Amino acid sequence: MGGYAAYIWSSYGVVVAVLAVMLVSSILGVRARERELSALEERVGPRRQRRQQSGLKDAHHDA
Amino acid sequence: MNWFHWLANPARFMRFAARLQPWIMALGLLTGAAGLYFGLFASPADYQQGETVRIMYVHVPSAWMAMFIYVVMAAAAGSFLIWKHPLADVAAQAAAPVGAGFTLMALITGALWGQPMWGTWWVWDARLTSVLILFFLYLGYIALVNAFDDPERGSKAGAILLLVGVVNIPIIKFSVDWWNTLHQPASVARMDGPSVDPSMLLPLLLMAGAFKLYFLYLLIVRMRGELTARRIRLLRLSDIA
Repeated sequence: MGGYAAYIWSSYGVVVAVLAVMLVSSILGVRARERELSALEERVGPRRQRRQQSGLKDAHHDA
Repeated sequence: MNWFHWLANPARFMRFAARLQPWIMALGLLTGAAGLYFGLFASPADYQQGETVRIMYVHVPSAWMAMFIYVVMAAAAGSFLIWKHPLADVAAQAAAPVGAGFTLMALITGALWGQPMWGTWWVWDARLTSVLILFFLYLGYIALVNAFDDPERGSKAGAILLLVGVVNIPIIKFSVDWWNTLHQPASVARMDGPSVDPSMLLPLLLMAGAFKLYFLYLLIVRMRGELTARRIRLLRLSDIA
């Protein structure tokens, strides 16, 4: 590499490192959020459904 | 335009993007591998720069990406402010850290080239300084968007910053013509065509293509993350209510 190997390889190293960090952090970020969402849906989902059903019953009473 | 409207639905967009994702990654890896092969092995040393010309094959495409992503974000910010489309805002926020990453890559590889060729890691000249400002614009946008309790207000403030900051893009592009700088003038995007030899233009364009595809892939992943975060927020609000 004509005496410039250190500069050239560290350039490519930096590029690979930054690209890898961006990929890993993006994928980990999505996974963590999707886990959080499904946990939340499990907790909130049934309660909301119940509320909606009772809301329907109320509507029938009104009628 | 109809096709564009069809895709503007977030759920439909994500389904469409998920189908494209493996193809984007495969094509990106292929292009990147070819770019590395030609950039590192199957291209000559430059008559002036010697072997350090190989740094250009990652430096120049990163710098192009740094500007390209900013322009994409500014366009998204414009359509978010005008048409209030949430997907545009999601795209801008998802792209920001990737843009900052490519800008950082351009700055570091530039320094690693500058030291052996110019004899200095850094000079405060117009090109280098305006790219450093671009890096801070990315960081400023990310900080601003997250600085509000009401995410809607954060999105709006961020979009305005993106549009104001877009003035920096022509400054970066033409800084080498407008001022006396240490940085060399354009050699690819010129009115009279590229002045780079085809043997060096090939790895440059291959790497540029690979970076674009990599960005597209990351953008899809991060947009899914941002949309999920919004659903979490919405669900929390409805839980309280």
